[in-house]
Amino acid sequence: MTKYVCKRIGYALLTIFLISVITFTLMNLIPGGPFMSEKAVTPATQAALEAKYGLDVSKPQQYVNYMSGLLQGDLGLSLKQKGRTANDIIFSTFPTSAKLGGISILLAIVAGTALGSLAARLRGKWGDQLIMVVSTLGIAVPSFVVASTLMRIFGVELKWLPTMGLSTPMHYILPVFTLAFYPMAYITRLMRSSMLDALNQDYIRTARAKGVSKFSMLFKHALRNAIIPVITYAGPLLAYTVSGSFVVEKIFNIPGLGREFINCITGRDYPMVMSTTIFLATLLVLMNVVVDILYKVVDPRIKLK
Amino acid sequence: MEDMKLKKNPLSFHLDADDFLPASEDEKQQLDIMRESTTFWKDALKRFSKNKVAMVAFVVIILVMILAFIVPNFYPYDYDQMVRGSENLWPMQYSQAEQARIDAGEDVFPHIFGTDKLGRDLGIRVLTGARVSLLVGLVASALVLLIGSIYGSVAGYFGGKVDLIMMRIVDIIYSVPDILIIILLQVTLKAPLQALFDSSSIFDGLNRVGVGLISIFITFSLLYWVSMARIVRGQIMTLKEQEFVTAARALGASNGRIIRKHLLPNCIGTLIVTTTLQIPSAIFTEAFLSFLGLGVAAPMASLGSLAADAINSIASYPYRLFVPAVAISIIILAFNLFGDGLRDAFDPKMKK
Repeated sequence: MTKYVCKRIGYALLTIFLISVITFTLMNLIPGGPFMSEKAVTPATQAALEAKYGLDVSKPQQYVNYMSGLLQGDLGLSLKQKGRTANDIIFSTFPTSAKLGGISILLAIVAGTALGSLAARLRGKWGDQLIMVVSTLGIAVPSFVVASTLMRIFGVELKWLPTMGLSTPMHYILPVFTLAFYPMAYITRLMRSSMLDALNQDYIRTARAKGVSKFSMLFKHALRNAIIPVITYAGPLLAYTVSGSFVVEKIFNIPGLGREFINCITGRDYPMVMSTTIFLATLLVLMNVVVDILYKVVDPRIKLK
Repeated sequence: MEDMKLKKNPLSFHLDADDFLPASEDEKQQLDIMRESTTFWKDALKRFSKNKVAMVAFVVIILVMILAFIVPNFYPYDYDQMVRGSENLWPMQYSQAEQARIDAGEDVFPHIFGTDKLGRDLGIRVLTGARVSLLVGLVASALVLLIGSIYGSVAGYFGGKVDLIMMRIVDIIYSVPDILIIILLQVTLKAPLQALFDSSSIFDGLNRVGVGLISIFITFSLLYWVSMARIVRGQIMTLKEQEFVTAARALGASNGRIIRKHLLPNCIGTLIVTTTLQIPSAIFTEAFLSFLGLGVAAPMASLGSLAADAINSIASYPYRLFVPAVAISIIILAFNLFGDGLRDAFDPKMKK
């Protein structure tokens, strides 16, 4: 086990290193340098700017400087938001995104598992068919379409829910639902098929023969085994939530890291794009390691490789 | 002693008279063909055509292809044609100028889905958008198939150290959060690519396709092949232990020939299914990128960029979001259901 954990962490570090190299290389591919778009500057100003942003040394040296900054937790500066460091921007906006993402993940898992089990339980009846139709739609409709449709119906037409920002709990409903819709639909489908598998197993027949109640059979015996595939989905779920948050935060105008990232992309604030990418990538890679390890703990049948 | 006499000497040329008796009715019946022997493809086709949902999805895909690739050639409007005076029309509405022409007895083709704020016909824009989205899906999947199957079969076939190193590379790429790198590549690739295309006339053909599309193809093929490689490798690993591979090797077939002629054709089912299911995910990612403003460049349109453009005006012109959104959902749904049907048809064991 210890060996497995060490190996996984080793790979994760290698991956993060690779990502930082890719990011750095790509950012340097952009022709013209970061100050080209600004109005004409004197060579002296240019030199001063380059010195300030550490661009006056050779590329490998820039990379070494950048990496040593990263290792000390310094993500660099923003080009467009003068005077703010990347750390400042990322850590002031990330908690909002994390909260939104966390609630969505929770909703997706809980609702998806419940709906999937229900569909399996009602197999072939209209309830099952309804759930399957909705979940099939859920995986076919892009999130920005879901977001704008919900906004139009509940925000503009019915005026039930607020559509901008995150100031009250009511504000969370639409963004959370949008963000959770796709993974919820996915988990529902996953859960339904694994629940149907589990319900056909011998131990379920044994339990029924012993007179275990239907409720306890479903939730105590079948669910525990059926939920394993859902745990494997945790990695993609995290990645989806991060990319989904870009869309949702932009549409609902939520002051989170996702909106910040999109603004950096459209504003061509390359150092910020680079810092945010490395931050999010590191987060995702590390979370995946945790998920993988937990997965082996939860299901002892899985071989440690 | 009797037993000894009956036992035939295997080397004797003595013929047994019993072998030359006319066949009995019973024996003749054994030669009757009860059911035509079936090939792999016929079998899959039979199973597939029984699957109603998948057949409907298949028909939808064919229809969408016709609409996207053939109909625009005959459509009276162009996707980038701005009709003066016809800005912001609702579906089936005519502008004053057009109404005057109709009154004068002229035939004016209706704007079935209305027009956008520049007076471009939304109907043709959705059709060309569907063409771009389909193109992205098909080309990206083809590239993934090509790279993934070659890489996976080489790793699986040679095994040992080669496999170890190749699969570690796959592991690392697999754990890279793809969407972030895709965004990054989209942000950074366009400018250098444009410079490269402008530098020489060799790239004229590529330039016509557009830098946006090319960089999407490059991005997808750089990142999405890893899961294909893993699946192919798994299949090759089990296949290469089988007798027909030993036989081929004994007959002196080269490694390349064994992979091409014996191993890959045997995982054709998996290859087709994985490729088909890759298409909707590529279309989805393209829509996502378009929404972020990183997709194809204007005036070109994809379904994703059409929907993204429409979001700002959703309060006044909801149909502009509705039409591309429905189109994209139908395409993704059809490919997903088609892929599921193919999986059931090619590999009934995998059926859930």
